[in-house]
Amino acid sequence: MPDTIPEQDLGDSAYNYAYLDEQTKRMIRRAILKAVAVPGYQVPFGGREMPLPYGWGTGGIQVTAAIIGRDDTLKVIDQGADDTTNAVSIRRFFARVADVPTTTRTEEATVIQTRHRVPETPLQDGQILVFQVPIPEPLRMLEPRETETRTLHALSEYGVLRVSLYESIARHGRIAKTYNYPVLVNGRYIMSPSPIPKFDNPKLDRNPALQLYGAGREKRIYAVPPHTPVKSLDFDDHPFEIERWTECCALCGSTESFLDEMIVDDAGKRRFICSDTDYCQERQEEQSR
Amino acid sequence: MYVAVKGGETAIAHSLELLADRRRGSRDLAELTLDQIDQQLALAVDRVMTEGSCYDRPLAALAIKQARGDLIEAIFLLRAYRTTLPRFGHSEPLDTSRMVAERRISSTFKDVPGGQVLGPTFDYTHRLLDFSLAANGERPAAPTAPVDATRDLPRVGDILEREGMLEPPPPANSGVPTQDITRDPLTLPADRPVRLQNLARGDEGFLLALGYSTQRGYGNNHPFVGEIRFGAVPVSFVPEELGFPIEIAEIDVTECDMVNQFAGSHDVPPQFTRGYGLAFGHAERKAMAMALVDRALRAGELSEAVTSPAQNEEFVLAHSDNVEASGFVQHLKLPHYVDFQSELVIVRTLRAEVDARRQQAALDQAAE
Repeated sequence: MPDTIPEQDLGDSAYNYAYLDEQTKRMIRRAILKAVAVPGYQVPFGGREMPLPYGWGTGGIQVTAAIIGRDDTLKVIDQGADDTTNAVSIRRFFARVADVPTTTRTEEATVIQTRHRVPETPLQDGQILVFQVPIPEPLRMLEPRETETRTLHALSEYGVLRVSLYESIARHGRIAKTYNYPVLVNGRYIMSPSPIPKFDNPKLDRNPALQLYGAGREKRIYAVPPHTPVKSLDFDDHPFEIERWTECCALCGSTESFLDEMIVDDAGKRRFICSDTDYCQERQEEQSR
Repeated sequence: MYVAVKGGETAIAHSLELLADRRRGSRDLAELTLDQIDQQLALAVDRVMTEGSCYDRPLAALAIKQARGDLIEAIFLLRAYRTTLPRFGHSEPLDTSRMVAERRISSTFKDVPGGQVLGPTFDYTHRLLDFSLAANGERPAAPTAPVDATRDLPRVGDILEREGMLEPPPPANSGVPTQDITRDPLTLPADRPVRLQNLARGDEGFLLALGYSTQRGYGNNHPFVGEIRFGAVPVSFVPEELGFPIEIAEIDVTECDMVNQFAGSHDVPPQFTRGYGLAFGHAERKAMAMALVDRALRAGELSEAVTSPAQNEEFVLAHSDNVEASGFVQHLKLPHYVDFQSELVIVRTLRAEVDARRQQAALDQAAE
């Protein structure tokens, strides 16, 4: 990554390794351990103010800061792309405060921080996927009271969510929820997978990588340990299904990946390309070989 | 082709340069100094210190300068700095009866021990633009009466309390350490110390609107300003190795003791209840709004019906923080095209299904 951004007068040496002080990191690691021990359960943690705004990945950044070390290789994506502005900003933050090598290659990374996507390239044992989560509570839009939702989780009382999916079928003839599609983790807790498209939900299931979810503003951490069953909610007569495109990627020709739509002229002509820039790039390189 | 997302790195670099340039403004004008901000925009500094939860005038002034006068951005800057500081412990509770008050008024009694002291206030200014300020009008120093700093200033509430007319304040630290909301996540229901911390750093505008709503009937509790005082109070701290309190600082605070009606209940005779507000520096609007909302949030404790937003603890505490609110509202500027793409796919599918049904219906009709 070329270093073209002028250094702000941050006085980096005044900050601890990876920005957070060691006490805070330990507190976050404890929360992570608890989250791993109880898959899908939202663990409250003492979220700190970060030098990036709430809603821009402060939860993911705190989780990454707590687990990262100099021997890690970091990849940061936003909407599947390595070079969107917020991904660039977060990657630069860690390159500066944690002194880690960064990469855009999914298979080279030990820690991948992501917003809104799971990479197309299958993850491996030992990799950690850190999700940025805006609203960790899958029941929030149905029940705004935190005191109430915690009780519902404790009792596995998830009827309200199933009814909302049923209502969607009654109204639209299908489940019209497209992203942040709720999942049942390890048969116990219903979890928000963060606003990934439901296209990515099947990748969460029994994934060999560790999935950590950080919500900074809401001060919650949760996790899906490697190889844990993750089931998207559905009904026997309305099984879960993912988005499909009639087009293929205009750059690499993939028919398997999540496609972004771009409007390329004033007449509204559209092109579709892979949302995962690394996956697309690798396929193009393979084809040109 | 397709360069839109590739420009991120350079675009950020240029944006930062442009921002720094715009902050400086015209180079023909002298640059603002932190002392000027501290002295001449003192109330902005007060607000940034209060909602930034950090009493440091030069740092708050720096934040205001860096934020180009955007106070919520300045509060964010100060908080992001504060969070990196080590926490040594907590001070002894401030004793505001030891305040050297520059201003002190009560609206419940015509005169009170210690007297009413108007001090510097906008209250009785006529809001006429003072064009002499535009012409750089210097002011002579204002005459002030000598202040007896050694004399305690009893609180109006204490006097009412002695009569049993006003509920006593909650018992002092009962040995349970007070939770620090900048270190521990908010858990609900929250106790009053947690609520007061949340309100103290809460957005002034948000609390003002909520406090106002209680006056207009959404959770009314008939408030009177028992007392507002502003001035300097000493801060004491007990270092572990000493075991006794030492004074480490003197800070300016504004305190508001709001006295509210309470009809009494089955076991408790009617008496006045209190709502409490405290802010760094001179911030009466904030302290009063905080006191109104504090009292409104005590509805449950006082067996009043919880019917209004200002009485709803979850609603108030979860939405009072302007750094959180500002971040989450503005994150909508970040790309959301993956989610939007998913929505496009489903809306197109649903529309196609409706179209197909319509066409089929038209065909069926034609065939009849």
